[in-house]
Amino acid sequence: MKLGDGQRTHGGASQRRLGFFTDTSICIGCKACEVACKEWNLIPPDGLAWTGHSYDNTGELNANTWRHVAFVEQAAPDPLKPGRQDFRWLMESDVCKHCTHAGCLDVCPTGAIFRTEFGTVVIQDDVCNGCGYCVTACPFGVIDKREVGGDGGMHKCTLCYDRLEDGLEPACSKACPTDSIQFGPLDELVERARERCGDLVEAGVTEARLYLADERDGVGGAGAFFLLLDEPEVYGLPPDPVDPTVHLKTTWAAAAAAAAALAIGVAASFLGGAT
Amino acid sequence: MTGTQPGDTLSYYGRPIIKEPVWKPEIPLYFFFGGLAGASDLLSLGAIASHNERLRLSALGAAASGVVVSPYFLIKDLGRPAKFVNMMRVFKVTSPMSVGTWIFFAEGTTTSVAAACQLLGVMPRLRTFAQVVAGLLGPAQATYTGALVAQSVVPAWHEARRELPVLFASSAAASAGGAAAIMTPPEAARPARRLAVLGGVAELVAATVMERRLGEPVGSVYREGRAGAYARWAKNTTLAGTALMAVGGKRRVGAVAAGSLLLAGSLCQRFAIYHAGKQSARNPHHTSVPQKQRAAERDQPAVSRAGGRVTLP
Repeated sequence: MKLGDGQRTHGGASQRRLGFFTDTSICIGCKACEVACKEWNLIPPDGLAWTGHSYDNTGELNANTWRHVAFVEQAAPDPLKPGRQDFRWLMESDVCKHCTHAGCLDVCPTGAIFRTEFGTVVIQDDVCNGCGYCVTACPFGVIDKREVGGDGGMHKCTLCYDRLEDGLEPACSKACPTDSIQFGPLDELVERARERCGDLVEAGVTEARLYLADERDGVGGAGAFFLLLDEPEVYGLPPDPVDPTVHLKTTWAAAAAAAAALAIGVAASFLGGAT
Repeated sequence: MTGTQPGDTLSYYGRPIIKEPVWKPEIPLYFFFGGLAGASDLLSLGAIASHNERLRLSALGAAASGVVVSPYFLIKDLGRPAKFVNMMRVFKVTSPMSVGTWIFFAEGTTTSVAAACQLLGVMPRLRTFAQVVAGLLGPAQATYTGALVAQSVVPAWHEARRELPVLFASSAAASAGGAAAIMTPPEAARPARRLAVLGGVAELVAATVMERRLGEPVGSVYREGRAGAYARWAKNTTLAGTALMAVGGKRRVGAVAAGSLLLAGSLCQRFAIYHAGKQSARNPHHTSVPQKQRAAERDQPAVSRAGGRVTLP
């Protein structure tokens, strides 16, 4: 079974599934991806604020930040002087995961969110009515409501759908100077990522791991996956993300049982007459 | 600085992992009024079946007021209210909001038709037909909102997916029984009183079971902050209202007081659930701790270590 099997695409001729492999081990934290994304997608400014969290002043992915570089400062053993404590940076450019099983798409009540012919997940801005259900359904906290300029709609990374349509690569990966963000057909990326991860482990970076590259995980694998050097929570990522739709049957069954109980309760209230 | 020792509760500068729901207080208000309408429609169906004309009128009145105010809350909460009609371009079972849109549309239409016929004193057969249809939809209307919040990644909601619909249904029953008991002379209100007591007891039990099953750390939201305050108010007023309805509900003044307490309790319950969701979404550990436990129980790490136990397919 290949990553992305079992996902359904609707309309148009299905293409090879395209995605991102973000190799955080070679991210230098330049934020070129954040800037390129913001410029290409005409994302409105949302203020300047100093977070005090290392060099991270965007803080999170949201309606106005579709690429976000996380900066983690850690104590680490000095690689040159054994036994001495040193310091290391972890930097990670985060993005919408374009899940195989996408919670946002599942719950969208207007059909504004759809799966493209490239296997990516995109919001149709003219259809979205700003109900906010998708915000509660994303296990990664990616999708969000844009309050800037009275917009009121939900926004997130489109994996540069417009550029893909023209055979171009997304703005962020195009701008990435170290190829920390790699773009391409997903199956090729997964193969390359496994090789890279294996090389790193062999070279002594035993903490290297792939995140969301396994279709057995709770979102069926993702269209944007990562090579991480620590636990996912350290980067603000969920350790075991699950599309809530996995439990949809339980949820509806509980609702049906509750509705039946309510009907029985009301019927029971009428036993023995009115007085 | 972020710790890396095994067993540490890790986070990225304490920031949330998931987004806090963007819903405003209009949503718990809708949960209350929509629940009141659904259970009241069902109560009025019972009144039709048992030829209790006085109770039928009260329940129809409560249901009609519920469905009249609900669209205002639902549409006002949208980021783009003018596009609310886009809800009606699809039907998706994976989206309880989509399913609920159609349930509420049918419920609201039939209840409004019945209420209009009643007010104008015209077309009694259409009125009865509309009221029967509304009554049959009532249980779905009173319950789907529980499924709606449960179908999310918000820990306090998703982890309570088995309990929330029951809590919503019993809270709706308590409010509908209470409202009808207020508006109906005691000699015709016995079913309303019984529904109020049944609903009140079920609501108290469901809330307690839910909080206990949520466990730690997620269940703690119902003891802290605004969710904790609303949960306490919900519990106390529902307890008082249920007891008073059982003991003194046969006197009009007792029924009015007990019914008011139950309505307040049901309203507080919805706000407790609403704030519990927001509070649990804000706390990264409420997202990460249950996930780590789950992953450990499954004995298969979600993160595949290239050098570790799991080899990638």
